[in-house]
Amino acid sequence: MIYNKIMKKRVIITPKEGILDPQGRALKDVLNEAGFDIKDVRIGKIIEIEADSLENLQKMVEDYIINPLIEDYEVL
Amino acid sequence: MMKIGVCVFPGSNCDYDTYYIVKDILQEDAELIDYTVRDLDRFDAVILSGGFSFGDYLRPGALASKTPLAEAIVNFAAKGRYVLGICNGFQILTELKLLPGALLPNENDRFICKRVNISVENIYTAFTKELEEKETIVLPIAHHDGRFYASEDVLEEIEKNNQVVFRYEGENPNGSLNSIAGVCNKTGNVVGMMPHPERISEDILGGLDGLKIWHSLIA
Repeated sequence: MIYNKIMKKRVIITPKEGILDPQGRALKDVLNEAGFDIKDVRIGKIIEIEADSLENLQKMVEDYIINPLIEDYEVL
Repeated sequence: MMKIGVCVFPGSNCDYDTYYIVKDILQEDAELIDYTVRDLDRFDAVILSGGFSFGDYLRPGALASKTPLAEAIVNFAAKGRYVLGICNGFQILTELKLLPGALLPNENDRFICKRVNISVENIYTAFTKELEEKETIVLPIAHHDGRFYASEDVLEEIEKNNQVVFRYEGENPNGSLNSIAGVCNKTGNVVGMMPHPERISEDILGGLDGLKIWHSLIA
């Protein structure tokens, strides 16, 4: 019997460069207030997801999960 | 009499307000449409009302845009029938790519609930033909994710095509590009707007400016 190999991946989604991220800005302001010298903070999300192929994973991410107009992603 | 459908997604919360306006105020033939419905042939127009479809999970409107009803709305719009998205409905229509752009979290990252002055920029759509160009109307907004965004070239294109239907007048409440509060598709049969006309269509609610949108639809 042949089993499909199920892999578990992490999809990291971040706001596209150049798009204002108000949550990231708020965190940056707090960190700078605390004495750190931070230029930029971006807050995104991580999705843990199982897929049977990288091809299917890419299809799910690009067609169903991200909005390419406003978000970038990478798979780990 | 027009047959007007009001979409109900899990988490919609302005659906009954909108249904009430269509049925009792406009006295048109109104019907609530479940998000699993695929056949919209009997409708002349559908309205995607406000709320938090699917709890705004992933992104506002993202999951609703993958439902059978949303897919049916794409075909419905292609036939030239009328589609209005209000607030979360607007977010769903951009996620569906029936309308250009996206709606990002407000610049101040807060939920904004107040009345705003809206300038009517395009009177050649199904939902604005009873309005006057550059007329100022007062409508309530109530959203956390209303910052209209589009890439530079898309923004240029929608301005050139006269697809901006509504603009915030005076203060820009949420950081929308070009103060955009509502847009339409190229043919003007699909309109999305962040303000809520259904909340200001009766004297008892303190104004009637929303009625002008509804009267445009049934005119």
